[in-house]
Amino acid sequence: MTEIRWHSRAGQGAVSGAKGLGDVVATTGKEVQAFALYGSAKRGAALRAYNRISDEQIFNHAKFMNPDFVLVIDPALAFTDSIEENEKESTKYIITTHLSKEELIAGIPALQGKEDRVFIADCVQISLDEIGRSMPNAPMLGAFVKISGMFELDYFLDSMKRVLAKFPQKIIDGNMKAITRAYNEVN
Amino acid sequence: MAVKFDLNEREVWDGNYAASQALRQADVDVVVAYPITPSTPIVENYGAYVGNGFIDGEFVMVESEHAAMSGCIGASAAGGRVSTATSSQGFALMAEVLYQASGMRLPIVLNVVNRALASPLNVRGDHADMYLGRDAGWIQFGAFNAQEAYDLALCAFKVAENHSVRLPVMVHQDGFITSHTAQNVYPLTDEKAKAFVGDFVPVDDMLDFSRPVTYGAQTEEDWHFEHKAKQHKAIMDSMPIIDDVFAEFKELTGREYNRVESYDMEDADVVIIGLGTTVETARVAAKNMREKGVKAGVVAIRCFRPFPYEEVREALKDAKAIAVTDRSSPGGAMGAFFNEVSAAMYTSVNRPLVTGFVYGLGGRDFSIEEAERIFAEQQAHADAGHITTDIQQFSGLRGPKLGFFKTARG
Repeated sequence: MTEIRWHSRAGQGAVSGAKGLGDVVATTGKEVQAFALYGSAKRGAALRAYNRISDEQIFNHAKFMNPDFVLVIDPALAFTDSIEENEKESTKYIITTHLSKEELIAGIPALQGKEDRVFIADCVQISLDEIGRSMPNAPMLGAFVKISGMFELDYFLDSMKRVLAKFPQKIIDGNMKAITRAYNEVN
Repeated sequence: MAVKFDLNEREVWDGNYAASQALRQADVDVVVAYPITPSTPIVENYGAYVGNGFIDGEFVMVESEHAAMSGCIGASAAGGRVSTATSSQGFALMAEVLYQASGMRLPIVLNVVNRALASPLNVRGDHADMYLGRDAGWIQFGAFNAQEAYDLALCAFKVAENHSVRLPVMVHQDGFITSHTAQNVYPLTDEKAKAFVGDFVPVDDMLDFSRPVTYGAQTEEDWHFEHKAKQHKAIMDSMPIIDDVFAEFKELTGREYNRVESYDMEDADVVIIGLGTTVETARVAAKNMREKGVKAGVVAIRCFRPFPYEEVREALKDAKAIAVTDRSSPGGAMGAFFNEVSAAMYTSVNRPLVTGFVYGLGGRDFSIEEAERIFAEQQAHADAGHITTDIQQFSGLRGPKLGFFKTARG
């Protein structure tokens, strides 16, 4: 079982990102779960979204998890939310930031000593450049594909095109570029 | 002629989307709705299917849930296949009309996305609304995940419209935990789904002008009792028909449903019996407990009404200690589900130890760890040969431990 926790603000696309990831993973024959804790949350409110991925049917409906991956798509939440909550010794962090990794970790005591499992990508800037607005979910998926090694990039891009099929071609192209750039830039 | 909707063999759907697809495939003629969180997408999607030509139906927006169910009654009595969805406060506002629907023997399918009742206001899942409907004369199915919300909605039409049943059916799913959790769902093709549900053949439809009928007549002490007794008998007699529909569904899909589901019960000493998504969490906990040498099992209620007393008694006949989980505030009594299970077990030969847990109100998480703790406590009861705690406890509650009612047995 692979468990993923997204830290986001309402409107940044964590729920769509989690569902999109679930859609793609399901095509590989695995069982997936994608859900969020938002309810009556307003745009801008902090929220968490979750994925579970397994070879067998997923029965666990609890929000509680010891995540294998923590994906932070709002730069400020890395500082203000408890992103390390219920972590494991192997939990990998992918954080959206314009800072260098050293600058970021210097400002977040909870990440200190975990340099080898903290990864950064400027998903906000990438989405502004490639999609034309701040929508850091798609680039985060690109970064996740690279760090998790779960898919080949080309397979993921092809599957995401199907997930995004209802959108105009320009949006699909922007998302493909954003995913590819984050895949290449995450470090 | 409706536009063809492209479906994949494997989809990633949440419970709401899954339920709305069942309504589309069942060719529902009329949905009358007043949307409410977390069930909104079910009727919203049906409206979109109508608007985009994917279904030849009618979507009627009204001013309240009371009007929504009233509209469903009108459309159903007229002779249409009718469905809607609601939750929580909306369900409460529908309550009066629910009794009218069942009393008039109208086969309406209501998708209930379970949510807590205010006050305090809360949009998350518990079973307060489901419990509110338990005496309304409706058949009640419980789905534990999105796949089941879809499957049971299809089955619901077939049960409701059976001419020996002619009763409305609710299909329950847990708010957010099922309704907003996307997971793998394996839908039927449209052709298979339509063939399974079949054409709606109305009884006493009001649009048959050659044969005028009256709906909603008044009866006082002369006939009211006989009508209600007949209605009660109809819902009790629906059990074998539900079994037949589930058997036919299994034949078609390989997916098996029973009015009472049993997991790891072959040799179980300690049992959690539950409703909704809790069941799946408890199943994981039972597997973990078995690795620790505790013979744990799970029993789940698929069909809350008619309540399967005999099947519950059969499923639990060899159990030593049973934890009954109520996800609704009992408001000054033992949990209603606790009472049902206790009533069933009181007439059993072994009379196992039964305790109740109120849990998960307003969407409070029910963890695997907590389910394991409850199993361990049942083992302690079984080892002692008597109940070692209060009979009613609260699971997952912050603050001082709360419990009521001690055993008077040895």
